[in-house]
Amino acid sequence: MTYEVVIGLETHAELATITKLFCGCSTKFGVDPNTQVCPVCLGMPGVLPVMNKKAFEYAMKAAVALNCKIDEFTNFDRKSYYYPDLPKNYQISQNYHNLGVDGYMDISVNDAVSRIRIHNVHLEEEAGKLIHPEEVGADYSLVDFNRAGVPLLEIVSYPDMRRVDEVESYMQTLRKILLYTEVSDCKMQEGSLRFEASISLRKKGTDKLGNRVEIKNLNSMKSVLKAIEYEAIRQRDVLDRGETVDRETRLWDEVNEKSARMRSKEESQDYRYFPEPDLLPVLIDEKWLRAIKDTIPELPLVRRQRFIESFALSEYDASLLIDEKILADFFEECVKILNRPKAFCNWITNDLLREVKDRKLDIYHLKIKPKQLAALVEIIEKGTISSTIAKEVFSEMIQTGKDPKTVVEEKKLAQISDEGLIEEIIIKIISSNPDAIEDYKKGKKNALTFLVGQVMKETKGKANPKIVNDLLKEKVGI
Amino acid sequence: MRLFEFTALQIKNKILSKEISVSDFIKNVFDRIKRVEPNIQAFITINEEEAIKKAIEIDRKIENKENVGLLAGLPIAVKDNICTKNLYTTCASKILKTFIPPYDAFVVKRLREEDAIIVGKTNLDEFAMGSSTENSSYKITRNPWNLECVPGGSSGGSAAAVAADFSLMALGSETGGSVRQPAALCGVVGIKPTYGRVSRYGLVAFGSSLDQVGTVSKDVRDAALLLGVIAGYDLHDSTSANVPVPDYLDRIDSGIDGLRIGIPKEYFTGSFNADVNKALKDALKIYERLGAQVVDISLPHTEYAVAVYYIVANAEASSNLARYDGVRYGHRTSKPSGIIDMYCRTRSEGFGNEVKRRIMLGNYALSSGYYDAYYLKASKVRNLIKNDFDAAFEKVDCIICPTSPVPAFKIGERANNPLEMYLSDIYTIPANLAGIPGISIPCGFSEEGLPIGMQILGKHFEEKKLLQIAYAFERETDFHVKKPVLKISSM
Repeated sequence: MTYEVVIGLETHAELATITKLFCGCSTKFGVDPNTQVCPVCLGMPGVLPVMNKKAFEYAMKAAVALNCKIDEFTNFDRKSYYYPDLPKNYQISQNYHNLGVDGYMDISVNDAVSRIRIHNVHLEEEAGKLIHPEEVGADYSLVDFNRAGVPLLEIVSYPDMRRVDEVESYMQTLRKILLYTEVSDCKMQEGSLRFEASISLRKKGTDKLGNRVEIKNLNSMKSVLKAIEYEAIRQRDVLDRGETVDRETRLWDEVNEKSARMRSKEESQDYRYFPEPDLLPVLIDEKWLRAIKDTIPELPLVRRQRFIESFALSEYDASLLIDEKILADFFEECVKILNRPKAFCNWITNDLLREVKDRKLDIYHLKIKPKQLAALVEIIEKGTISSTIAKEVFSEMIQTGKDPKTVVEEKKLAQISDEGLIEEIIIKIISSNPDAIEDYKKGKKNALTFLVGQVMKETKGKANPKIVNDLLKEKVGI
Repeated sequence: MRLFEFTALQIKNKILSKEISVSDFIKNVFDRIKRVEPNIQAFITINEEEAIKKAIEIDRKIENKENVGLLAGLPIAVKDNICTKNLYTTCASKILKTFIPPYDAFVVKRLREEDAIIVGKTNLDEFAMGSSTENSSYKITRNPWNLECVPGGSSGGSAAAVAADFSLMALGSETGGSVRQPAALCGVVGIKPTYGRVSRYGLVAFGSSLDQVGTVSKDVRDAALLLGVIAGYDLHDSTSANVPVPDYLDRIDSGIDGLRIGIPKEYFTGSFNADVNKALKDALKIYERLGAQVVDISLPHTEYAVAVYYIVANAEASSNLARYDGVRYGHRTSKPSGIIDMYCRTRSEGFGNEVKRRIMLGNYALSSGYYDAYYLKASKVRNLIKNDFDAAFEKVDCIICPTSPVPAFKIGERANNPLEMYLSDIYTIPANLAGIPGISIPCGFSEEGLPIGMQILGKHFEEKKLLQIAYAFERETDFHVKKPVLKISSM
């Protein structure tokens, strides 16, 4: 039997505000437990939430970028469930009037573009974090409420995906959109971007959706893809045995690469949603919505196309550049200063990315500035340094943030084009390598290459290679 | 007349004219409390030490001719569901027995800013759920007019404290009449302001869309003074209204000539306590004599108010009370076997029966499949009730009716019949559902000598007009001046 896999994704992205959704506490990551808390985000008696306007606008921005319809009336609801990391034992979320509905996102797989519909985009508050002690037999757990109340955007797709490559592209594209709109830093390792998948199988050619299984605890994009593959096979086996798939929620076990039942549909929670009486409904007028729309930057797929057309870049290069908004911005800054798109593209996609990877640099806080890279390209063209030396200069620049000219001066890396000086060195090399001269005269062409190499070695790579070549040929008498 | 029997404005004058010192007055008040409180049981926590310190501080300010606040040196009791920094706030519940808030409620902050002196935290029905203060987990408060009777509720401790002269004024809270009803039963003045007039920040939530802090005082002018202090916009409460606060005392004696008073026919049907009926009729005659016109009106959806109230309030309560789980503060059961066991036993041990009943009712009304039939429908009917008032206020300036269908009832008389208890709020609940302001003032006494209260309801944010109407009546009568004769055990 052949089946079609039907996949939908729920995405949670922490919004990049500096304070929490309903109080003034900081959202800074990685500080000591329970140091960024107050009566409001601890859910103490009598406290009330006050909406963070910035967070709301970030959510609006994301909803607009995901082509959602934005109703002029939106409201918040309480979602009730008991868990120790949820201070009020209800989460302020949206259910009856989501901020954005019926949107879509175009994704590209092997250059074919397809459209994934977005069911809704809504704003809610993050929960805290349980810390289970490592000691054996501990009869307690600890709770850190630093994350409790951080604004969280939930993006629910329709079950429009059929293959893992689509899922991968969906996740990557969504991540890029959230980064491009600057609403989230999307750091998966810090949990600020998380996915949950729902998967069902149906016979090829049929319309009716099969029983859906939700998978949680997916800590990386890789896990999402693995969990979907695992689940598709598991469901296929169930169906092939003539059984039905249970509607349930499963937890992915990253270490053993398999999932296990967390709860069945019957055990599923009744969230008892009702409108949050402590917050007023938000009314979004045309003017406000237009102002938000005006802040949406050019989105990744559009930008990629423009890079290909305006800068004559290959699809591959353009994709690499737009992958990180910060790099694409860097590239455009460089091109504005000096119109050498191909050169900048190479520097960024090769040397810069390699240095970032090798030295584990943070691309959001690079020391090198576009102006400096442009200056580097300029002095290469002028012949001040060779392209080989330029790589050394670049490496120094990215580590120190120094101007290329400073690096060249400090390290005395300027190219030697003084023919007198080069001639002296050549004479020295010729006299100490009589064998090579003999070989060359016998017709061994690579002997000349060897001699050039010796001269370059003597000058620590700084001699102008063209002058070295010309003078050498002259000296050995051709 | 003994010092503690004066009104807040009278004492304020004595303090500012240096006729008396704050310290002496506060000492006088605590002597009174110590002597009489054992028979009344109005307080859960008495704040004597801090009060005396504060009194000395204000005396020094006055001595140094520094500016002092509007309530300088005036003792005020605060209902124990309003958060007070560094002072127990228990909601009369075992689950918050150990809870000391690290913050002040907005209203408490305002009291402190105006140099009021907090004498203590008053008893209430647990989490303000009740109409007799019998649902307190700690004690039963007695009505100063008859120690065998309830003081009403849920702000019974606040009303009894003012009636027994333990404090000049008090803060209470309303969700369905919890200030006005005990004020009526204890013969004092109680205001439920417009929803949004006073910040709810720090008022422990019961029914968030209905809750409002209110005032208890000995007369109408004191009510105007206290409301003026606690009213106003607060950034920390999104539902508080950014509407200017008028000077409520200014022109409070403007009179009521030409006033149109609405009498809702639905409020005067069925069996009606004869004493309450007579007191109301006499009161209306006084108003007519003062130049008011009495108009029959209709509030056609009145009969649904109690049902709507118990769905909306309990649904919100079930969610608001979910946070009492033993994880972060308050009671936690000993040696739980796991998290579910911890939740269940903590809450079973911590909450009393009435609170449990309402949590269950509320959760039921919100559960999947019932939401539309209960909560959503109740919300729609609530709108109809609001519309009733809007239509009525097209014809009249205010509505007058009894605050409670009966005077204070005996302790234990209704405790085992929740439904009958719920019906004692029948005249007060509609104002909470509609969000309109109401004031209850003394308007007579029953055969047995128990106070009877009359309430005046007005349009949103028309507290000033209500105070003028109430004052016009108070000026003509002396019900508010009468003091209970306390039959106290000799101490």
